[in-house]
Amino acid sequence: MNVESVRNALRGIGANKLRSGLTVLGILIGVGAVIVLVAVGNGSSIAIQQRIERLGTNTLTVFNRGRGGRQQIGTQSSAVTLKDGDIAALNDKTQAPDIVSASPVVTIANATATHEGATTTIGTLLGSDANYLETTNRPVDVGRGLTADDVANHARVIVLGRTTVSNLYVPGSDVIGTTVQVNGKSFQVVGVQAAKGTNGAQDLDDFGLLPYTSAQDSLTGKSQGYQQVVVQATASGAENAAQAEIVTILDSRHGIGATTASPFTVLNQSSLLQTSQDTSNTFTVLLGAVAAISLLVGGIGVMNIMLVTVTERTREIGIRKAIGAPRRAILGQFLTEAVILTLLGGLAGIAAGFVGSRFEIVGVKPVIAGYSIPLAFGVALAVGLFFGIYPANRAASLRPIDALRHE
Amino acid sequence: MTDGAAVIELQRVTKTYRTGDVEVHALRGVDLVVRRGELVAIMGASGSGKSTLMNIVGCLDVPTAGRFLLDGIDVRALDDASLATVRNRRIGFVFQSFNLIPRTSALANVELPLAYGGVARRERRQRALAALDAVGLGDRVEHLPTELSGGQQQRVAVARALVTSPAIVLADEPTGNLDSVSTAEIMQLFVQLNREGRTIVLITHEPDVAAYATRVVRMRDGLVVADDVRPVPVGAGS
Repeated sequence: MNVESVRNALRGIGANKLRSGLTVLGILIGVGAVIVLVAVGNGSSIAIQQRIERLGTNTLTVFNRGRGGRQQIGTQSSAVTLKDGDIAALNDKTQAPDIVSASPVVTIANATATHEGATTTIGTLLGSDANYLETTNRPVDVGRGLTADDVANHARVIVLGRTTVSNLYVPGSDVIGTTVQVNGKSFQVVGVQAAKGTNGAQDLDDFGLLPYTSAQDSLTGKSQGYQQVVVQATASGAENAAQAEIVTILDSRHGIGATTASPFTVLNQSSLLQTSQDTSNTFTVLLGAVAAISLLVGGIGVMNIMLVTVTERTREIGIRKAIGAPRRAILGQFLTEAVILTLLGGLAGIAAGFVGSRFEIVGVKPVIAGYSIPLAFGVALAVGLFFGIYPANRAASLRPIDALRHE
Repeated sequence: MTDGAAVIELQRVTKTYRTGDVEVHALRGVDLVVRRGELVAIMGASGSGKSTLMNIVGCLDVPTAGRFLLDGIDVRALDDASLATVRNRRIGFVFQSFNLIPRTSALANVELPLAYGGVARRERRQRALAALDAVGLGDRVEHLPTELSGGQQQRVAVARALVTSPAIVLADEPTGNLDSVSTAEIMQLFVQLNREGRTIVLITHEPDVAAYATRVVRMRDGLVVADDVRPVPVGAGS
């Protein structure tokens, strides 16, 4: 394909601007759709990935299934709760080598916090231990988190989230060292958690954390046990091993055999999110496939227009053959024209894809996948070649005498 | 003028078309030898087979039976690619309806056979300019066909036919779409080319045009019925 044949092809394309323009539009839409839709799928997949990172990548949560209105199985299960002994066993490195730490969690529902006349309901107020913040990937950026001493001493201290702070304090005022009343009990603020944003369902910054010991002392009472235990696995690949260890330890401690259903549920959050990541990937492939169909339709448009062009220019083909054009010259001429049509459509489609991906689509910020551009462009070229070959071959195979007689 | 070498040699050439169930015998056994340097006019009524003859001589069509030798080569033995080369190198075509490539400058039209022949761009341009100069269009090389008169378009077509220095120039009613002034100009051009040694075969209805030829072949019902050689053409130099 030299400069001359390209110029020749452009002249042919330019001879019928509207028709060529519409054909190019078909390819443009196809390529643009592939890029934008793959970007949407990719964007939602990246959003899920960020959510996994916010949750802590190697976190597992053990629930007592008695919570949340679940049907309890077995006669004694109402008595089965997570106790201090369970926590100690889970923290035992010989029994559970894949567990870094297990933190008990007590939940204080609808807790009201007050500071100098400002009152707010804390979305999530928990009592836990010194490892909780690290396990759930909630770093503190002002002050400090909870310490083992806080827990051991039943210290009346609290770590707050950003939203809770802004609900209680005048902007700019000192927070550390001040006192807030939680359900009428005083706690000293020792730290503020770094902003985390939302996990999609709730504001992760509308948050408060107390030592579970002092929470039980002043807010919940000791007898309830723990509703949850948050467990950190040693590595992000070790969640499944950790999950197995949790099940083994709890089953043996609570005398659960093959015939009795366990009252505990272990939620492996990262694997749950991995599932939705897989779903999102499937979604991306599906979107890409739909877009690819529109690219195919664009290709059929190219073929259609090239067939019309060949018919229209049969006489010209006859002239060219009469003055000695070899078969491959005619083939090359029409193939070049088809490929240039798709090339123009492909380039314009990439531009359209970039523009289209700047907008938020159904709540997803599209992120252009690097591979989608060469892929869409390459497929457009292949489509041009594939759908150009038949019309070009038809032109090249015309007998000169028939082509010349064509009116 | 003629040096005796046969450029075109037809031996009992027949051509039969089938249109539906009807067989049309366009040529019924034509014997014809055209020698180098002749200017032959082929005359005949519509349906006499002269266009079929021209298509066979121009390697656009193949005879049903008989032999056709072009420059001594039996064309029937050639494949598609070789036929394209023969049309490119040995034959120059001039058509009644000019048949220039639309939207393409006069120069590019004349360069085209050279491009198909694989001539380098620089030489192509030189030879095309020379050919256009020879037909008196040296000042209109960048014009598009639509910007030229009929006579000028036909001169571009003649330049395109000449540019590869073919053994023969075939002209199928080259003046059929031209007024009398342009007809005279084109025929003068053919006469001049013939005097420079080119072999020219043209089809015409018009006795005025045939008058320029050194030989007039008349056809009727697919056969040659008369063949007059005139060493001094009637119309030459007029």
